[in-house]
Amino acid sequence: METGVAVLIGLFFSVAVYLMLSKQLVRLLLGIAILGNAVNMLIFTNGRLTREVPPLIPPHLYTPEIATANPLPQALVLTAIVISFSFFAFLLVLAFRAYQELGTDEVNKMRVAEPDNDQSPPQGY
Amino acid sequence: MAGSSVSVDLTQAMVTAPVAAADWLIVAPSLITMLGGSLCLMLRKNTQLQPKLGIVFLVLLVLSSAGLLVHVLNHGVITMVMGGWLPPFGIAFTVDPLGATLTLVGSIVALCAGIYGVVTVDGTGRRYGFYPFLLLLMTGVCGAFLTGDVFNLYVWFEVLLISSYGMLILGNDRIQLDGAVKYGVLNLVGTNLFLIATGLLYGIFGTLNMADIAMKVSELGNPASGTIATVAALYFLAFAMKAAAFPVNFWLPASYHTPNIVISAVFAGLLTKVGVYALIRIFVLILPESLDYMADVIGLVAILTLLTGALGALAQSELRRLLGYLVIAGIGSMLAGVAIGSNLAISGAIFYAVHSIIVMTALYMAAGVMFYMGGSYDLRRLGGLYQRSAGFAGLFLVLAFAVSGLPPFSGFWPKVMLVEAAFGDGRAWLGAAILVSGFLTTLAMGRVWIYAFWRGGPEGTPDGTGVAVSGGGAAQLGGAAPWLPMFVLTALIVYFGLQPEWMMNLSIEGAGGVLEPRGYLQSVFGEQG
Repeated sequence: METGVAVLIGLFFSVAVYLMLSKQLVRLLLGIAILGNAVNMLIFTNGRLTREVPPLIPPHLYTPEIATANPLPQALVLTAIVISFSFFAFLLVLAFRAYQELGTDEVNKMRVAEPDNDQSPPQGY
Repeated sequence: MAGSSVSVDLTQAMVTAPVAAADWLIVAPSLITMLGGSLCLMLRKNTQLQPKLGIVFLVLLVLSSAGLLVHVLNHGVITMVMGGWLPPFGIAFTVDPLGATLTLVGSIVALCAGIYGVVTVDGTGRRYGFYPFLLLLMTGVCGAFLTGDVFNLYVWFEVLLISSYGMLILGNDRIQLDGAVKYGVLNLVGTNLFLIATGLLYGIFGTLNMADIAMKVSELGNPASGTIATVAALYFLAFAMKAAAFPVNFWLPASYHTPNIVISAVFAGLLTKVGVYALIRIFVLILPESLDYMADVIGLVAILTLLTGALGALAQSELRRLLGYLVIAGIGSMLAGVAIGSNLAISGAIFYAVHSIIVMTALYMAAGVMFYMGGSYDLRRLGGLYQRSAGFAGLFLVLAFAVSGLPPFSGFWPKVMLVEAAFGDGRAWLGAAILVSGFLTTLAMGRVWIYAFWRGGPEGTPDGTGVAVSGGGAAQLGGAAPWLPMFVLTALIVYFGLQPEWMMNLSIEGAGGVLEPRGYLQSVFGEQG
C-alpha cells in the first residue's frame, strides 16, 4: 500500500514542480498548495500506513493489544497543514496586492525591486 | 504490563522531579518574546507605549539569554522536555554553548534594532505592528537556536518566517510587495524541502529527537545508504535556500533592500544565520558521516557563494543591495567552515556567524544614517558625508574593515581560523576563495567610503570643492536612538577584534559541543546514554 501512495505522492510532486515553473503567479501559488499537500502525504506515509486500527487502548490496559495506526505522523501532518494553510492564505493576499500595485502577475515583469535598466556604479573617481 | 490494572511506574516514561529553577532559562527567551509580542499586539493602537514595552521585553530577552549562556557554560548542556515526557517522546529543548551563544548575540542585535526603530519606524509602522513582529521574530529565532527536536525546528522556522513576512511588507509600498513575493515564495519552498527531509528522516529512524537520531545514525552501520544521502542532500538544499547560498541566493538581493532600513538590518543580521546554524546542527551533530560525501558539494557551493557575493557587491550602486550581496559573501565563509568540518573550521564558522550577525546589522543601520544625511542610497548621489560628520565616517570605516576581514576588527580572526583550517586540511582552494572574496569586499567597501564620504559631494562636484549635503529626512535623526545601537555594535566589533580570546574559546567550545556530542547526548538521555 505504501508503494501505491508513494507513486501518488510522486505524481503530486511532479504536478507541483510543473506548476511552480510557470511564469504566472497564480499557477505558481497553485503549485505551492499542491506541494504542501504532497509533503503532508509524504510525512503520513513515512509513519507507515495501517488500515482500520485506530490507536485506542482498551480501558483495562495500559498498552494497545495489537499494532495500531501510528498517531505521531497525524499530529505532525496536522501541524504542517495548519502552517501551510496560513502561509498559503498570506501568499494569496500578497499576490493579489502585488497584482493590484504592479499591474501584472507575470513574474518576469515584476521588476520594481530590481529595475531592468539598473545603471552600473560609478567607474571613476 | 498488559493486564495489570493499578500501579503504573511513571518514572519509566515521565520526568517526575520538578524542574530546577535555573532550567526555566531554557524556554525563557522564547516565552518572554512570545508574551511581549502578544502584549504589544494587543496594545498596537497605543503607538507611544509600543516602543517602551517592546524595548523592555527585548532587554529581558538579552538578560535571560545572557543568563542562559552563563548557566550552560557553568553546568554543561542542559535539556528540558515538554510535558515531562522522557526523551525521545517529549519535545526536547536542548541548549549547548553553540545555541546559547547565537541566542545571546541575536538578542543583542534585536535589542539594538528595537532602539533604532524608535526613530525610523513611524506611527503607522508601529500601528501595523513593528514591535510585535520583531518580538515574534525573536521567538522563532531563539526557538530555532534552542530546540533539540527536528520537527520543532521546522515549527520555529515557520514562526520566524511568518513574522518576517509581516515585517517585510510593513508600509505596503509597491517595491515591498514585489520583493515580498520573491522572498515569500522562495522561503516557503525552502521550508517545504526542510519538511520533506524531516518526514523522510522520521521514516528512517522513527524519531525526531536530534540526540536520538544522532545515536541511531551511528548504530546504523552503513551511513552512506541511499536514503540518508537523499535526506542529507535535501537538508542541504533547504538550508542553502534559507541561508542564500549560491544557486538559490536570488531572493535576498531582490527583497532585503525593500523594507524600512531597520527591518533590513534585522533580516541581514539574523535570518540567513539561522539557516547556517541549522546546517551545522544537522550536518555536524545529527548526520556527521554524510559530511564525508557532502563536503565537496558544500565546498563548491561555498566558493561560488563567496565569489557571487563579492562580485555582486562590486556591481551595485544601490547601497542596500550592495550590503545584501555582502551578506551572501559572509554565508560563503561559514559554508566553507562546514565543508572543512574540522574543529578549527567549525569554530571559525561559528565565530564568523557571530561576527556577521553584528557587522551586517551595524552596516545596514549605518546605511540608514547615510540616507538621512545624504538623502539617497545611491552611490552616484551620495558624497561629502565626511564633512558632515567625521566621526560617523570613522565609524563606517571600522565597519568596512570588519566586513572585509581586515585587522584589527572582528572579521579578521574568524577568517584566520577558516583559512588556517582550509590550508591545514588540504583544501587550499577554499582558503584562497575566502581570501579573494575578502579582497573584493575590501574594494567594494573602499569604493563606498570614497564615494559617499571622501569626495566633496555627489557626482558632478568639481575636485577639491565641497558641497554642503543635506538629506531630506535629517530631522528624523534626532536623539541618541539611532546612534546608541550603532555604537554598541561597533564597540562589540572592536572588542572582538582586539580581545578575540573570549569569543574564540566560546566558539571552540560550541564547535566541540557538536563535533563530540557526548555531553549533548548525556544531557538528553541521562548518564547511561
